[in-house]
Amino acid sequence: MSDDTHKDAATKDASAAAKDTAAKDSAGKGAAGKAEGAREFLSVRDLRIHFDTDDGLVKSVDGVSFDLKAGQTLGIVGESGSGKSVTSLGIMGLHTSDRARISGEIWLDGEELIGADKQRVRELRGQKMAMIFQDPLSALHPYYTVGAQIVEAYRVHNKADKKTARKRAVEMLDRVGIPEPARRFNDFPHQFSGGMRQRAMIAMALVNNPQLLIADEPTTALDVTVQAQILDLIRDLQKEFGSAVVMITHDLGVVAEIADRLLVMYAGRCIERGTSEQVFEHPQHPYTWGLLGSMPRIDREQTDRLVPVKGAPPSLINVPSGCAFHPRCPYADVPPDNVTRTERPELRETTGGHFSACHMTREQREKIWTEEIAPKL
Amino acid sequence: MSEPTKQATNAGPAAGAAGTEPEPLLRVTDLAKHFPITKGILKRRVGAVQAVDGLSFDVRPGETLGVVGESGCGKSTMGRLVTRLLEPTGGKVEFEGRDITHLSAGRMRPMRRDVQMIFQDPFGSLNPRHTVGGIVATPFRLQGVTPDGGVKKEVQRLLELVGLNPEHYNRYPHEFSGGQRQRIGIARALALKPKLVVADEPVSALDVSIQAQVVNLLDDLQDELGLTYVIIAHDLSVIRHVSDRIAVMYLGKIVELADRDALYSSPMHPYTKALLSAVPVPDPKRRGAKSERILLKGDVPSPISPPSGCRFHTRCWKATDVCATKEPPLLEIAPGHRTACHHPENAPDQQPQDTEKVLVTPGKPAPVPAQKKGGDEGTQEQKPAK
Ligand SMILES: Nc1ncnc2c1ncn2[C@@H]1O[C@H](COP(=O)(O)OP(=O)(O)OP(=O)(O)O)[C@@H](O)[C@H]1O
Ligand SMILES: Nc1ncnc2c1ncn2[C@@H]1O[C@H](COP(=O)(O)OP(=O)(O)O)[C@@H](O)[C@H]1O
Ligand code: SF4
Ligand code: SF4
Ligand SMILES: [Mg+2]
Ligand SMILES: [Mg+2]
Repeated sequence: MSDDTHKDAATKDASAAAKDTAAKDSAGKGAAGKAEGAREFLSVRDLRIHFDTDDGLVKSVDGVSFDLKAGQTLGIVGESGSGKSVTSLGIMGLHTSDRARISGEIWLDGEELIGADKQRVRELRGQKMAMIFQDPLSALHPYYTVGAQIVEAYRVHNKADKKTARKRAVEMLDRVGIPEPARRFNDFPHQFSGGMRQRAMIAMALVNNPQLLIADEPTTALDVTVQAQILDLIRDLQKEFGSAVVMITHDLGVVAEIADRLLVMYAGRCIERGTSEQVFEHPQHPYTWGLLGSMPRIDREQTDRLVPVKGAPPSLINVPSGCAFHPRCPYADVPPDNVTRTERPELRETTGGHFSACHMTREQREKIWTEEIAPKL
Repeated sequence: MSEPTKQATNAGPAAGAAGTEPEPLLRVTDLAKHFPITKGILKRRVGAVQAVDGLSFDVRPGETLGVVGESGCGKSTMGRLVTRLLEPTGGKVEFEGRDITHLSAGRMRPMRRDVQMIFQDPFGSLNPRHTVGGIVATPFRLQGVTPDGGVKKEVQRLLELVGLNPEHYNRYPHEFSGGQRQRIGIARALALKPKLVVADEPVSALDVSIQAQVVNLLDDLQDELGLTYVIIAHDLSVIRHVSDRIAVMYLGKIVELADRDALYSSPMHPYTKALLSAVPVPDPKRRGAKSERILLKGDVPSPISPPSGCRFHTRCWKATDVCATKEPPLLEIAPGHRTACHHPENAPDQQPQDTEKVLVTPGKPAPVPAQKKGGDEGTQEQKPAK
């Protein structure tokens, strides 16, 4: 792995990130992170998380930037292996393996986390930021009662006596809709159903009123009726506490339900970003077109045929050159001079606040969208 | 054989009900499977999981019957019963008019050619130590048949048929992606030219872009080979896309069975209605349209001791006294549209004399977000559209 190419790509991308910051917010020029960090609750700049493995360097996250204000919900979508979970664990400071190489900046409420003291990040975790996972059993310990675990989560960050903490835990269980919370307080995780465990984990994550909640596929393992209950709950709690939420999912339906901004990931990179309306109603990247065309939709007339994306997602050890999507992209030859295969497309603004990483010109994309894609969706 | 049933359905929802019902390929009557729960070293029987409890339905030649329902409602058990991978506790399975309910393994063998199953997990269902060629050729070995032109040639033809490179004959499953592995499973299922394919969650382990590839493949193969499908899935958008008719299951029972369009445009069973309303729609304009959503309380009860009467009554907002005592039969309430409910939606009430509403008091009280408590006498609450 040549360090040079890495550095080169990094500079290029940093300038892209700076550019889009500038485009969005002329006041934020210069010290991209700091100035932004003051206004945004969470600012991620050029985040890279690579892993040294026996097979080679896995570039799980390779230059991701985004901002999130308090009270807003950002949806991160992408197929499995595109780097969603690695991103979220990175923000939480949970990549502790010495094989993980992390660079970039993560500003949480004006404080930078990547360079910060481990102890400080541990303090922030569970207090200012909290996370819920796809599998609640990975977050709940099987040998302790649900109640005891919530009490513990509370007391780590608050000087409260047992009684106060217990009261708070019961209150949280009630708040997330566990029936008879005072009694269920004493249950062990395995005595809860899947949906109840998910609620208990949410109660534990929210016990300290975190201002940032990261939810990584929180409903993927649940049935649709339970999923609806949980999404409803997250939405209500967010409204109540005004927290910033990052919702990570592969389900475009879930994201449309809950997110006001959207980031589409492919092969560890952000390939499109904008408001939910922008990305769903006027997507600007061939991969996003592919995702939307692949999906049968219950809210539309029955279509005869889905339009799949050909091929399979790439390996993150040998990410395709240039645009990582090029081996699967039907329009790879639209941009001239083979540029699609040689140069990595930068994230560029197409319309206000809507960014896409594709070499096609806006006119080329517009033509394909109106003539070929939109009529089929 | 390859009568394009999909077209027929598109011609109008009534088309299927116009008298000329074709002879079913598969007929299932009162099918039940109770798994015994045993205790101690003497394996004393202490109860039973009523995984499937009294299913009746037909599958017509050339059609796709979709089966939906939430986790644990008995979909996979049903699939394994009709393919005779499981021994039924009760009821009858007929294939092409022949009773196969209790055929011995030996007598079942020729039948296996006609009825094949595709499994949910493209990773677990393929032996990692066998080459792709070996895996796809397994059915020939088991049946002791040699196809025209030899096994290798036929396997390569099958690989090509499902969109894989025939050159990959000697590779191993781990060298393939999830979608490709699912294709290998499909090629194996098709080796003996079956008439009926039961696919248990064929795409749920796959990413959306790959899912679409496999859905289209199943569709093409049906047209090309005149296959009949029973497709099991929990994703209501996928089921709508692939099915001609759909059966909705709840706690081991079919609660509704109808043509696709009828089911999605005018569901009759309250559970179907709740299920459809819960599907997240990829349209941000409808964000906050949760006002139209029916939020069911609580969880699905245990199939070990299912509720009396209508099994849905502990969660149903329309439940009345009769629902807790009398099991509603699966009746044809509109042409081709069956439902098991005393007070169906979009149809006349079956028990109009019984109007006393019961309080929904499930065994475990229903978890409902706190601020919503106390609404609508503790029953399920349907928020008014804004
Ligand atoms: N071999 C078995 N022994 C005991 N109980 C079983 C067995 N197989 C299934 N069950 C139970 O029967 C019920 C129905 O199971 P089944 O696998 O058919 O559900 P399903 O509808 O396919 O669910 P999913 O969507 O989760 O796959 C469940 O309660 C399950 O735990
Ligand atoms: N600790 C690790 N070591 C090496 N590779 C990893 C590690 N964690 C994740 N990866 C790889 O990073 C990529 C992105 O993973 P992940 O973020 O979990 O994807 P998803 O988008 O499905 O959440 C995958 O290729 C995964 O195999
Ligand atoms: S850059 Fe080229 S390959 Fe990538 S999405 Fe755009 S057109 Fe397709
Ligand atoms: S029979 Fe009663 S409880 Fe069952 S679905 Fe119908 S109205 Fe609800
Ligand atoms: Mg993940
Ligand atoms: Mg199953």
